[in-house]
Amino acid sequence: MKLFQLRGGVHPEGRKELSADRPIRVLPLPKRLFVPLQQHIGAPATPVVQVGDKVLKGQLIAAGQGMISAPVHAPTSGVIAALGDYPAPHPSGLSIPTITLETDGEDRWLETETLADPFALSAEEISNRVGAAGIVGLGGATFPAAVKLSLSRKNGVHTLIMNGGECEPYLTCDDRIMRERAAKIVEGIRLIAYSVGAKEVLVGIEDNKPEAIAAMRVAAKDSAVNVVVIPSMYPMGSEKQIIQVLTGKEIPASGRPADIGILVHNVGTAFAVYEAIRYGKPLVSRLVTVSGGAIKEPCNLQVLIGTPAQELIEFAGGYAKPPARLVLGGTMMGQQIANPIVPVVKGTSGVLALTKDEIGQSEASPCIRCSTCVRACPVGLLPLEMAAHIRAADLPGAVKLGLKDCISCGSCSYVCPAHIPLVHYFNYAKGDLATQERGKLKQEATKKLADERMARMQRIERERQEAAAKRKAAREAKERLAKEKQAEQVTEAV
Amino acid sequence: MTQIAHSPHAHVPLTINKVMRLVMIALAPATLFGFWLYGWPAINLWLVALLSALIGEALVLRLQQRAVRPVLQDGSGLLTAWLLALSLPPWAPWWIAVLGSLFAVIICKQLFGGLGQNVFNPAMAARVMLLISFPVEMTTWVVPAPLGSMHAPGLLESLAVTFSGVHVDGMASASLLGHVKTEFTRGIGLEQALSGYYAPLDALWGSRSGSLGETAALLLLLGGLFLIAKRVITWHAPVAMLLGVAVPALIFSTLNPAHYPGPVYHLLSGGLMLGAFFIVTDPVTSPNTATGQFIFGLACGLLTWIIRTWGGYPEGVAFAVMLMNAATPIIDHYVKPRIYGRDRKGAALPIASSGKES
Repeated sequence: MKLFQLRGGVHPEGRKELSADRPIRVLPLPKRLFVPLQQHIGAPATPVVQVGDKVLKGQLIAAGQGMISAPVHAPTSGVIAALGDYPAPHPSGLSIPTITLETDGEDRWLETETLADPFALSAEEISNRVGAAGIVGLGGATFPAAVKLSLSRKNGVHTLIMNGGECEPYLTCDDRIMRERAAKIVEGIRLIAYSVGAKEVLVGIEDNKPEAIAAMRVAAKDSAVNVVVIPSMYPMGSEKQIIQVLTGKEIPASGRPADIGILVHNVGTAFAVYEAIRYGKPLVSRLVTVSGGAIKEPCNLQVLIGTPAQELIEFAGGYAKPPARLVLGGTMMGQQIANPIVPVVKGTSGVLALTKDEIGQSEASPCIRCSTCVRACPVGLLPLEMAAHIRAADLPGAVKLGLKDCISCGSCSYVCPAHIPLVHYFNYAKGDLATQERGKLKQEATKKLADERMARMQRIERERQEAAAKRKAAREAKERLAKEKQAEQVTEAV
Repeated sequence: MTQIAHSPHAHVPLTINKVMRLVMIALAPATLFGFWLYGWPAINLWLVALLSALIGEALVLRLQQRAVRPVLQDGSGLLTAWLLALSLPPWAPWWIAVLGSLFAVIICKQLFGGLGQNVFNPAMAARVMLLISFPVEMTTWVVPAPLGSMHAPGLLESLAVTFSGVHVDGMASASLLGHVKTEFTRGIGLEQALSGYYAPLDALWGSRSGSLGETAALLLLLGGLFLIAKRVITWHAPVAMLLGVAVPALIFSTLNPAHYPGPVYHLLSGGLMLGAFFIVTDPVTSPNTATGQFIFGLACGLLTWIIRTWGGYPEGVAFAVMLMNAATPIIDHYVKPRIYGRDRKGAALPIASSGKES
C-alpha cells in the first residue's frame, strides 16, 4: 500500500527491547483498589454504591452522567471500603473522588451474557453496549469510545483506522496484545467497523514490531481488515499523523476525523470491545508496561483498574537502581507522578521508573534559534517563536502562530539543544488561555445578569412611577370633581 | 518532595556546548592549515583573538552582574572569535584581533542581549568594522611562508610581527580578489591579471595569499560536509550561497569572458567557502525555515558576487551577510511552514466530507 509523507517527527531511542519479549502476565490481586470516578474525558461518573456494599467483578459502581462520560465497574469482587478522595494519577498529586474497594480474593464475576454471533446485534446496540461497558480510548486519550462510535455512524465514516503504532518509547503493551490476542483484536475491529459502517479498515503497525505484524496478518486473513506496515517514527501513533501517513488526508483545523470520513481507534480498545460484546464483560483491567532503566525486571502486565502503581513496580522486582523519575505513560507524553501510591486507570499504558541518564535533561540555556524544533514539529509550527511570545506574556501572538494547533507531542522539547521545555510553555499557555476564556464567559454571564437586573429595576421603577402618576391623576380628578361638586352646591345654595 | 517535570522525559544527547564544539572541530583542519601556511604570527593572532573574546565577555557579564562561567562555557564567544580570526590577514597586528574580538562579543553580542539575541553575525560585523576603520592593516597580505620553510619567521620574530608591527621585507603580497580588482582599475584585462597569479588547484588547496583561514577551500568544504552529516547545519543556506555566486558568474563570464571571471574562480577565492558553511549557517542570524534559509543564502551569494564585481571592495562576503542579517526578520515573517489542517494562509482546510454532516 502506498504511504504518504509526514512532516517533521523525531526518532527517540525506543528502549522497547527491555520489555518487548516479556509475555503478558496477570498481576496478582491487590488488597485494595482505588478506582477514580473520572478516568475519561468528559463528566465524572456518579457512584451508585454505598460504603459497605458487597460488589461482584464487573458490577456497575458509578454511572456515567451527561452526553460525554463513561461508567465505572468494580474491577474485582469485594466490599466498598470508602467513597472519598484519593491522590490522582496526575503530576499535581491532588486528590479526586475515588471509590476504594476492599478485595475479597475470590475475583467472582457478575453473571454475563455470552453471544454466539455478536454480528446479529444492530449497529446501534453495539455502540450502546460499548458505552455501558465503560470503554474509553485505551491509547491514552481516554475519550468515551461509544460517543465516537455513534458520532461516526451519524457522520457516515468510510474508513476505520486501527492504531497499532505505539510510537512512545518503552511501551510494549500494544505490541504484546497484538502478538498474543490477534484473533480477538481482529474480531473487535470487525465489530467496530460494522458498528460505524466503515468499508475500509486499515491497521497501522510500526515496522519495529515484526512479530505483531505477522500475528495480525494471520488473524486478519480472509477478512476486510488490512494490516499496513508504517515506518517507526514519533509521533506516528498520533491520530492526525496516522491518518496522514495512511490516507494522505489531513483533519481540517479544529475539526474531527469524522469530518473527513475517518474513525481512529487503538488496538487495545478493539480488544476491550471484543470482550464487552462477545462476553458482556465491562472494562475492568488493562495492559500496562512496567519498564525503565531503574526497574529490575521490566514486564507487561494485565492489571485491574485501580491497582496502585507501587504494586506493579514491586511485582517487577522493584528497583535495580534508584529511580530519578516515575512516569505514567511513555517518555514523550507521559506524566510524572510524585508518589507511586496513585492507581492505574483506564488510560495508563505504562509505569516507568527512569534513571537520570535516561532522562538526559539539563538546565535550559538561551535559544540560539537553531530551528531544530521547526524541523521536528509534525504540525508545521514555529516552536521557538511561540515560546518567545509566551515568555513575553503575549498569548494572542502565540495563538496567531498556531498555539491551538499544537498537539503537545513533545518532539520540539526532545530535540532542543538548549534544553528549553518548549511543550511546557505551550501547555501552560493553553491552560492560561482556557482559564481566560472561562473567565470571559463568566464575565459575560455576570454582565448579562447585571444588565437584566438593571432593566428589571428600571422597569419596576417605571411601573411604580406610572402607578404613582396614575394614582395622583385619579386623586386629582377626584378632588377636581369634589371641588366642582362643591362649587355646584355653592351655586345652588346661592 | 520530588520536583515535578513536564514531559518529555527523554532528550537527545545534545547541548549548545556540544554544538559549538562540533563547529570548532569542523573548523580545525582549515585553521591548522592556516597555521602551517602562515606560520607563528597566525597562531599568535588566533590566540590573541580567542583570549580577548573570553576576557571581554567575562568583563561585560561582570558588569551585568550575571554568572560568568555558564556563558563562557557555552563556547559561543570562543567560536565567534575563532571565525573572526580566520577572516583576518594572518600577519595583522595584535590590536586588530583584540579590537575585533571585543567589538564582536561586547557590541555585537552582549549589548544586543547575549547569545541568541544578536541581529548581526558578530564575526562578520567585527570584520566590516575593522575593514572600514583600518583598511591598511586589513588588506596587508603576505605570501605563504609555511612553518619550517626558509622564509618562515621564527617564534621570536613572529612575536615582533604580531606585537610590535615589524614588517618583514619581501613578504607583502595581494589577495587574488584584491589583485584582480587593482589590475582592473589600471585597465588590465582579466586574462593578463590572472596569469601567474591564479591556479585553480592552488586555490582549491589554499596555498596562496589571503586571510588566515579562508584560503583552504577544500578543507572548509570538508568541514561543512562534516557539519551537514552531523546535522548541525542543513545544506540549504550553503548550497544557495554557492549558487548565488556561481550562477551569475557563469552567465556573465560566458557573455564576456574578457572581463568577468568564471564560477570556479569565484567559488575558490576570498571568504566564500568559510561564509557558505560557517557564516550563513549561523543559526542566530539566519531564518528559521529551510525555504527561508535557501532564500537567505541565495541573496548572500548574489550580493557577494555583485560587490565583488561592481563594488568598491574586492571582497563582499561580510557586507552581503550583514545586509541579509538585517533582512532575516522579514524573511521569517513571510516564509513559514504550512500548519497541519490549514492552508498556506492559515485558514482551516475545508471539510470535504463524504459524510452526511452539513
